[in-house]
Amino acid sequence: MSAQAFTLVGFGPEGWGRLLLLAAGLTLMAALCSFVLGSLLGAVGAALKLSSSRSLRWIGTFYTTVFRGVPEILVVYLFYFGGSLALTRLMHLAGFPGFFSLPSFIIGVVAIGLVSGAYQTEAYRSACLRLERGQIEAGKACGMSTPVLLWRVIAPQTLRFALPALGNIWQSVLKETALLSIIGLVELLRQSTIASGATRQPLLFYGVAGLLYLVMGQTTALGFRRVEKRLARCWER
Amino acid sequence: MEPIQPASPVIRTVGLTKRYGALDVLRGVDLEAREGEVISILGASGSGKSTFLRCLNLLEVPSGGTLNVLGEDVRFRVKGGGQQIADARQVNRLRSQIGMVFQNFCLWSHRTVLQNIMEGPVHVQGRNRHEVRAEAEQALERVGLLERADYYPSQLSGGQQQRAAIARAIVMRPRVLLFDEPTSALDPELVGEVLKVMQDLAAEGRTMLIVTHEMAFARDVSSRVVFLEKGTVRVQGSPQDLFRGGMDERFDRFVSHFSRQG
Repeated sequence: MSAQAFTLVGFGPEGWGRLLLLAAGLTLMAALCSFVLGSLLGAVGAALKLSSSRSLRWIGTFYTTVFRGVPEILVVYLFYFGGSLALTRLMHLAGFPGFFSLPSFIIGVVAIGLVSGAYQTEAYRSACLRLERGQIEAGKACGMSTPVLLWRVIAPQTLRFALPALGNIWQSVLKETALLSIIGLVELLRQSTIASGATRQPLLFYGVAGLLYLVMGQTTALGFRRVEKRLARCWER
Repeated sequence: MEPIQPASPVIRTVGLTKRYGALDVLRGVDLEAREGEVISILGASGSGKSTFLRCLNLLEVPSGGTLNVLGEDVRFRVKGGGQQIADARQVNRLRSQIGMVFQNFCLWSHRTVLQNIMEGPVHVQGRNRHEVRAEAEQALERVGLLERADYYPSQLSGGQQQRAAIARAIVMRPRVLLFDEPTSALDPELVGEVLKVMQDLAAEGRTMLIVTHEMAFARDVSSRVVFLEKGTVRVQGSPQDLFRGGMDERFDRFVSHFSRQG
């Protein structure tokens, strides 16, 4: 440790600081994209599970059961290798030999988005069940059409009830992006591995990576808490 | 909106029924509410009075009979042995001209009082936000809540919430106002302030249908009293005639039961 360590994680010509920060940025970006994709899937999933049609409910349950029940790393592998295999076959048919792999960022976002979507489905579903009937009836009674009712009453109230659970899901999505290192995405974990290999200082670089994960997690958690507090004002007595 | 002829009913039901499974809640209710009438709907719990009121703005879908609102027959279609709303746009259009005040106020908890009141005019009727704001503030002043405009519903007393809910209803410029037991969820000392606002509205010549247990209000403010029993109109008439007694034995017993309690 000491002076040498500071040089290694610093921003000088010998330092890995810039690369680590860029990798942390990529981690954050992957987490954000996965979470947003998961929100959309979660909204659809909750709608399916709350639907009055039995077959739609079955589809929703199938989705959440599979993606909550299978290890994330398996989902990532399946999508990466399965997707690449399919692409390679397709390219062979078109007359291009060799191995083709799908872009790991997109594959990773889709895989983690699908898993987080399954968890978000449950968050939205249970939040929806907490809506009071009167809140919706008041909207109907003044003539709101279904889209207006969804957008002006149901969505904001559901979001407020779901927010604590969404905060937790966000934290785990942020950490799960580390799985994308195994399919070649140079995000924070992968970059630290590279740096530790090159400098033979694993403890230093994994320590710094851990610190960066913590900083990202805690900063965003603060944001979630602030929004939660603001929204709670309307509900507390 | 075409003007209604003075004699034409704002709301007319003929043989309105409502069934939940094997339970007949409404067994054919005939009622006509004309412009400017203030109708109190009385009845024991289970008489179907709230269900009837909720049928008028289609929060409950009637199982049979005809419902005419503002001169339009509400269209239904039959599905799976029951009735459904056939034309959602017709219903939404009619609903925007029917104000509803709920027993539990049902202000939107995520919006301030002022936002609650502006919601319908801006997002349902598509009116200009600035004009609506001025009108909303006027309405709040009328119900004595202007200084609470930026509070959230949970920060208000029940009486204040109900007055805000009334302001929310009138700012839509409705042709008729429905009140579903508006004072039943209130602490006794808060009932008066809400009844006072309703009395002012009645004096303005608004058309109102009120499901209530407030006998004094029904007697002194309404122009007609309708007494429901077991899902049908048992008797109706002017409050003077009915409350004098002797017109209907069941009604007299119902009233005496309430005055003994009160």
